[in-house]
Amino acid sequence: MRPKLRFLDDDLIEAIVAEARQVLCELGVEIHNHSVLDLLGDLGADIDRVHRRARFTQGLIDKALETAPRGFKLYDVLGNETHDFSGDHVYFTPGSAAINILDNETGLIRKPTTADYVRYARLAGSLENIASQSTAFIPADVPETISDSYRLFLSLLYCEKPVVTGAFTIEAFAVMRDLQLAVRGSPGALEARPLTVFSCCPTSPIKWSDVTSQNLVDCARHGIPVEFISMPLSGFMAPVSLVGTLIQHTAETLSGVVICQAARPGAPMLYGGSPAVFDVRYETTPMGAVETMMVDCAYSEIGKHLGMPTQAYISLSDAKQLDAQAGLESSMGATLAALSGINNVSGPGMLDFESCQSLEKLVVDNEICGMTYRLIGGIEPREDFPAIPLFQELLRDKHLLIAKHTRKYWKKEIRYPGPVIDRANRARWQEEGGLSLRERAAGAVKRRLEAWTPSRLPEETKRELVRLISREAARHGMDRLPEREV
Amino acid sequence: MELLKDLALALERGDDERVADLTRAAIDMAISPHTIVNDGLVAGMNVVGEQFRIHEIFLPDVLLAARAMNAGLDLVKPLLVGDAVPSLGTVVLGSVKGDMHDIGKNLVGIMLKGAGFDVVDLGNDVDPIAFVDVAVAKGARVIGLSALITTTMPVMKEVIDIVAERGLKDAIRVIVGGAPVSRAFAEQIGADDYGYDAANAVERVRALMASS
Repeated sequence: MRPKLRFLDDDLIEAIVAEARQVLCELGVEIHNHSVLDLLGDLGADIDRVHRRARFTQGLIDKALETAPRGFKLYDVLGNETHDFSGDHVYFTPGSAAINILDNETGLIRKPTTADYVRYARLAGSLENIASQSTAFIPADVPETISDSYRLFLSLLYCEKPVVTGAFTIEAFAVMRDLQLAVRGSPGALEARPLTVFSCCPTSPIKWSDVTSQNLVDCARHGIPVEFISMPLSGFMAPVSLVGTLIQHTAETLSGVVICQAARPGAPMLYGGSPAVFDVRYETTPMGAVETMMVDCAYSEIGKHLGMPTQAYISLSDAKQLDAQAGLESSMGATLAALSGINNVSGPGMLDFESCQSLEKLVVDNEICGMTYRLIGGIEPREDFPAIPLFQELLRDKHLLIAKHTRKYWKKEIRYPGPVIDRANRARWQEEGGLSLRERAAGAVKRRLEAWTPSRLPEETKRELVRLISREAARHGMDRLPEREV
Repeated sequence: MELLKDLALALERGDDERVADLTRAAIDMAISPHTIVNDGLVAGMNVVGEQFRIHEIFLPDVLLAARAMNAGLDLVKPLLVGDAVPSLGTVVLGSVKGDMHDIGKNLVGIMLKGAGFDVVDLGNDVDPIAFVDVAVAKGARVIGLSALITTTMPVMKEVIDIVAERGLKDAIRVIVGGAPVSRAFAEQIGADDYGYDAANAVERVRALMASS
């Protein structure tokens, strides 16, 4: 039996959804994009152009929910299926868009560079429990205006896994799509085998900016999957109660569902978010707070109740370094996410309120993710009935280390983590160097990077990616791309 | 010889049935029993030992290889006329007086046998004198003492003292181990060595045999 976590019963879910729908119909959603307002107006929404608000109808919401796909698949750069976002399948992806990297050499944060990103992409490709890469941080050695497309370029060049990403401007969408077309070959092939998921973020309370609403529409029209990242802050920009926060999250996310399905019925989506409680003591938005995680899991239940695959920013930490807090918050998040069946779990590697990535934390989190996979594998009988013969064998041989039953099931039943996790007794641990977690993680990063092999993407495609991003960089006044290892 | 290489490989894989088949084939081809043992079985076991030492394979793999080794040795033994089966030496093993715990000690015994040592396992709650008497009687060069609880650890020193009193310190080496035991404790009571787990114990016993 697969263990399953639930916070909400069906009656409470329906009450939350009903309230959120009422908010969208009576108060409406603020949208700073005229073409999106036009689109919704054409479908029956009441548009207030002065205040840039769209008041939905119940029918408009119903129609969007009818066409919302129950799932979709994702494929790597070579076209191999890697994700089936449906049911309770769980996949992890590194937390995305950090502005800093934790430099393991100095223990200090700094702005990431192209070289850091290349190391990250290579490492992400090696992590067996993290199925996709994200555009995890923003290289600071290119103009900000191309930092979104540039990180996608590096990801596609150095790692075969599909990419969770997003555009920072309306204009960037075009080149980010062109990069994907270069990999897939044609718009039809890209739609048939999606390569990326774009994060599209409403602003609390219940608002869409010009850029994010346009990105959402552009993705939908081109068959590029999106994930909605609603970010209500309990007690600040959202009600302090968790149910109140969920009503706001539902309204914001449903507004995204309606815009997306209005742009193109059947467009692939993840019902996602990155809510947080607000810590009034520090004026921060703790991702490691237990209430944040409870809201994540609860809105995933709502998304599934509405028939959609889900996403959450969970399994990350507010700690500033790779310490016990980083482990406990990431581990609790990953565990709850997996038990909730959240389909796309964003977070590994991330520290400091989604602002700092750490390669060393990423390899530790890879182990955490592996443990959660074992956890949701549950407990199943393995030829355990009748039990007498096996116990007779145990009493006769004094151990079961090489029993047929052991040999058949030990790798299925017991998951052995990599060397990042210390399981030696103290004497052996000391003999092998007495390494701290940070040292073991640094060693694991080094070994994995040394074992890296180049992406199997055809060389011609790689050259086309370089040509596309060079043209984009030139358009933004950068004649030469930063040096990078080939 | 190809056949003996295959034999060593089958042993490395822990395939006892294939080891038995290949050993029979080698005997049929009139390959000398010593060559079968040394170039086939022991050669394979040496690879297993090294892989285990560097953590490429794990406890069950070693035990499977040991079982495969026995499958071959059972066929060769009757042919080794006038010669004993090659052994790396004898180890007398037991949990000390007052200590009823034997899982760790058993594991060490299994591992030592797998590595090619002769093991005399005295069980648990073993009188200090018995360790020394049996070691002398069996010609053992190493005594392995195990304790799981702190209250029985001092008994280890009693065994070491008896070895010294009888003037056997050069002939019989004493190695200690068990969850509460440490290298510092081993040095404090005058033990010759300390094994922090079963695999390490095999390595340390091998070193003790080589130095004695």
